Amino acid sequence: MSLRISRAATLVATLALSPAALAQDEGVERDYQIPLPEAPEGEVTFTPPHERDLPDNQYGDMVRQGRDLFLNTQSLRGEYVFNEQNCANCHLDAGRLANSAPMWASFGVYPAYRGKNDKVNTLAERIQGCFTYSMNGTPPPTGSEPLVAMQTYLHWMSTGAPINESLPGRGYPKLEEAEQAPDRARGAEVYAAQCAVCHGDEGQGQKVGERQVFPPLWGDGAYNWGAGMHRVNTAANFIKANMPLGKPYSLSDQQAWDVAAFINSHERPQDPRRRTLETLEETDATFHNHHGYYGDEIDGHRLGDHADFGENPRPLDG
Amino acid sequence: MTTKRITSGLGLLLGLGLAAGQAQALEGDAERGQQAAGVCVACHQADGMGMDNPNGESWPRLAGLPAAYIEKQLHDIKAGRRESATMMPFANMLDDQQIADVSAYYAEMTAWPTLPTAYQPADPEDAAEWLAHRGDWAEDAMIPACNQCHGPSGQGVGDVFPPLAGQHAGYLAAQLEAWRDGSRHNDPNQLMVGIAERLDEAQIAMIADYYATLPATLAERDAPSSEEDAP
Repeated sequence: MSLRISRAATLVATLALSPAALAQDEGVERDYQIPLPEAPEGEVTFTPPHERDLPDNQYGDMVRQGRDLFLNTQSLRGEYVFNEQNCANCHLDAGRLANSAPMWASFGVYPAYRGKNDKVNTLAERIQGCFTYSMNGTPPPTGSEPLVAMQTYLHWMSTGAPINESLPGRGYPKLEEAEQAPDRARGAEVYAAQCAVCHGDEGQGQKVGERQVFPPLWGDGAYNWGAGMHRVNTAANFIKANMPLGKPYSLSDQQAWDVAAFINSHERPQDPRRRTLETLEETDATFHNHHGYYGDEIDGHRLGDHADFGENPRPLDG
Repeated sequence: MTTKRITSGLGLLLGLGLAAGQAQALEGDAERGQQAAGVCVACHQADGMGMDNPNGESWPRLAGLPAAYIEKQLHDIKAGRRESATMMPFANMLDDQQIADVSAYYAEMTAWPTLPTAYQPADPEDAAEWLAHRGDWAEDAMIPACNQCHGPSGQGVGDVFPPLAGQHAGYLAAQLEAWRDGSRHNDPNQLMVGIAERLDEAQIAMIADYYATLPATLAERDAPSSEEDAP
């Protein structure tokens, strides 16, 4: 199956995040699935600074504000966040942990070309993408305080990290293809045994009062159909190195693949890019030529076949 | 969007699998539990508050723990999944119905303190607060923040993750030690054992004291200071 598709630049231009694509040639071969180059092998050597060394000045205060948003992204709920996730759910230790997509390894990689929106993205745009997809939200405007705070937090965390160099520990370590194709039924068993105690029998997560403790993995509160984590490979990579919490690398590769397939074959809020296209088929063909279940029929239901954007108020034709 | 229900056969299978894995739950009766709890009060006290014994075995507070949590612990003690020379003879006196009853009795006795749930940044100079809020993610530690599973202010999450805040320090430290020496191995999915093994002695003492005193610390923090408020 070819991952390449031909798209007119006008289509890309309709996406909220890619006005720069207007400058691209018409009819260029586009691949919305190209990932960034893999992180190099090797020992993780970079250590981010400790918060006790944060300066007591305006810069330090902005770093703290960004850290607070990173840990408690729910403070932006209803404004820029429309699900129940926090950044630190998928970037452990407040974005500091190697092999948990640490921020210190992301910072110096941007600006970078991303196939996802077919343009060179600044760090700010990359963070905005997280809001659009992982947070099922609305990107904070460029230059707005939440975005500046997060950029400043990332900047501080990357103190001394090389610029424009992919560091060991960046992203989630890539798993080899599983011996057997990922299997939802086996994944359901792994989920029941290893994940449900925290994330709930129906992936709903758990709260104490209004505070999210364990994030939902599917349904309204979860990342949407456009988020990187909905891909089976991305989720498998994350799970292997980071889950269950406190037990990294305890699952076999096969278990990680299987449980990722189980989790990501459940319904979640619609892909925001569906708004820019006429049909589910077109959205699937354009943006989902990767390892995911969007548009697939599972137990008599076609995943993503709805106009349901969760709490995000922008309608299908909005 | 309304809540999405799993309609798939897979989801159904998952639900059945979970139900089959658990013993038939008995309905606990707090009044009957009071009778059966006669053997408990010598240590856990008439008010269920237990006692911290700095020079001996501390007796945990039971009042306000989730009934399902107490019930599981009693069954685990009987089955040897949670070894306790002190508790074993008493647990063995109770049949399944009595276990359900005393669990209901203590759960309903006095509510566990409800503590703040709102996000508060941890003080990087306060090692105990840091461990509770942020964990210790050094490569050889990989310890999640205690509150990541035990909930905001360590007040517990559901029936599985018990409250830590307001529990006795001696008891908390003893449990962490019990996981380290293998005498307690009844944690779901072995979530606690590895973390306990990777904590050092200083961290255990520090975090046990932190949670034991947290309700008082938070109350003090919230109370208007008469000195500061004086004009």
